[in-house]
Amino acid sequence: MSEYSEPTSQPGGAPPAPLWEVFVRARRGLAHTHVGSLHAADAELALHNARDLYTRRQEGVSIWVLPAAAITASSPDEKDAFFDPAADKVYRHPTFYEVPEGAAHL
Amino acid sequence: MYGNDFPADDTSSGLLGEVEAAETALREAAERGRHGAAGADPAAYFAEVIAADQKVEPRDWMPEAYRATLIRQIAQHAHSEIIGMQPEGNWITRAPSLKRKAILLAKVQDEAGHGLYLYAAAETLGVSRDELVDLLLAGRQKYSSIFNYPTLSWADMGTIGWLVDGAAIVNQVPLCRCSYGPYARAMIRICKEESFHQRQGYELLHTLAHGTPAQREMAQDSVNRWWYPSLAMFGPPDTDSTHSAQSMAWKIKRFSNDELRQRFVDMCVGQAEVLGLTLPDPALCWNDERGGYDFTQPDYAELMRVIKGAGPCNRQRMEHRRRAHREGAWVRAAAAAYAAKQASKKEQASKKEKVA
Ligand SMILES: [Fe+2]
Ligand SMILES: [Fe+2]
Repeated sequence: MSEYSEPTSQPGGAPPAPLWEVFVRARRGLAHTHVGSLHAADAELALHNARDLYTRRQEGVSIWVLPAAAITASSPDEKDAFFDPAADKVYRHPTFYEVPEGAAHL
Repeated sequence: MYGNDFPADDTSSGLLGEVEAAETALREAAERGRHGAAGADPAAYFAEVIAADQKVEPRDWMPEAYRATLIRQIAQHAHSEIIGMQPEGNWITRAPSLKRKAILLAKVQDEAGHGLYLYAAAETLGVSRDELVDLLLAGRQKYSSIFNYPTLSWADMGTIGWLVDGAAIVNQVPLCRCSYGPYARAMIRICKEESFHQRQGYELLHTLAHGTPAQREMAQDSVNRWWYPSLAMFGPPDTDSTHSAQSMAWKIKRFSNDELRQRFVDMCVGQAEVLGLTLPDPALCWNDERGGYDFTQPDYAELMRVIKGAGPCNRQRMEHRRRAHREGAWVRAAAAAYAAKQASKKEQASKKEKVA
């Protein structure tokens, strides 16, 4: 299931244009960041719409659009159970280890 | 992402500073983290999130009334941005210079963008944009009463930017701290853009107010007409406001209608002085005890009439929106047909490839 709740059914008419999630890279060297979503008939139009909607003020140098339906998200209800395995593995952090006095460059 | 687009002095004080602060608070709250999960008692968990000033996200459990309140408020806000394009769109072809035309076009385009950000935020609550648009077109959801007033002169383009966008900003800056994540984030984007709207209007009005006597008079007439409708944008007085208490408890709303109205008046007085224009309120007077201006309240009976559909332009605005929606149907159909055609072409090409 995507990040979104299921939309309620359409009150008549054609099915809505698919939903796309938009990611923008603000500057070379930064990761693409999720900025929002939009509707468009296909990927190309989604890209054009994203440019018009989310980068009117040079907010980005690159845009990704991907179908919202293609996103599989972890469930917030299972958050603890899902991420628990990492909780008791403090030895994965460098701070777990004691550095003997005098040892440098560690 | 917008951080570098504004000169440094903007971020240190004023409304833009408050937006920056809200953005920082959002990040900090996120970093503080939160242990535990919804588990057996989602309602208690929801209350904890709100109490800790953290954000409720789309798939979190939330009370149905919280969801419904947000859908109503965000939809109404989105509709206002879209309908709000009309009073100014009215003047694009008559802008007095290419520079003013380009500015006005950019501003009206921004409002369309605001509408889209907000529809997208509403959709995270499980309602579809098409459904909301249908509700607007059917007259079953409202938009801000201010857009039912006519734009009679070019000076109105200045006054709308200064007073109407100004009032919108005062209303919206606290929404940057709203407890619902997608709404708060959309508001941060929007408020940063609104600042340009307010300034271009103020500059336009300042130019007219310091122009020929006729231009000056046009500017003053415009302020006279828009002042009270702008005050009414903050909604009914606290004594009559129905949704406020619950929305405050949920941290959807942070200040009461009257508090925001007062803040707006206190900001405008000095700005009007710099313009050399008069706010049309003889009772306007500094109150030392309260630390704010005393002022005449807008006519709330008129506000109610306009909300109920009897404003000067209600019918025109709705007819225009319905026509635009109807006349745009072929564009949506063409885009869908083209997408389908491209998809089937691709499919055939990949079949051929497999055969070959
Ligand atoms: Fe706006
Ligand atoms: Fe605006």
